[in-house]
Amino acid sequence: MAIEAHTIEALIQEALPSAKVVIDDLAGDGNHYAATVIADEFKGLNRVKQHQMVYAALKGKMDGANGELHALALTTKAPE
Amino acid sequence: MTTATDTIKSDITSNDVVLFMKGTSQMPQCGFSSRIAGVLNYMGVEFKDVNVLADEGVRQGIKDFSDWPTIPQLYVKGEFVGGCDIVTEMTISGELDTLLEENGIAFSKDAADKIRESNG
Repeated sequence: MAIEAHTIEALIQEALPSAKVVIDDLAGDGNHYAATVIADEFKGLNRVKQHQMVYAALKGKMDGANGELHALALTTKAPE
Repeated sequence: MTTATDTIKSDITSNDVVLFMKGTSQMPQCGFSSRIAGVLNYMGVEFKDVNVLADEGVRQGIKDFSDWPTIPQLYVKGEFVGGCDIVTEMTISGELDTLLEENGIAFSKDAADKIRESNG
């Protein structure tokens, strides 16, 4: 099952309203994406916590065999 | 009865560095697992590899345990460090060196520098 880039972006944006989200479809198959997320909400949080917030925003779409999204390479940061 | 969570806790407390991965250190079965195992092997870091494909309970258990949906997952001294992206970033930035140094874990600084040179 595949997922559209704009769906990923919308889910992240919904959970993190300040976020700037850039998505790349790495393999062109709707399954392997890279996302860069820059959000005020990340301030003061370590990378694990930042990534956990993004995963939470994706609401289970990453989950194992039933997940629509096989791989999401994530880069997260707070704005400089 | 030993649960998956007990196994996970025991692994991460009795080993300084643990990589939960698909496949083994010598025979990774996923590119992301392979990348971290490759970095650790190259840097000469001694670590325990846990093949989640060999145990469905651990495969799901580690995701619940660390609240992290993907494999691989790296633990140092019982603390979750991150998955493939975070560990890669930390390798390039030198933060991984610092983390290992702070925890008294042996590794080759030269090898780490070489990784950075070829990915700088």
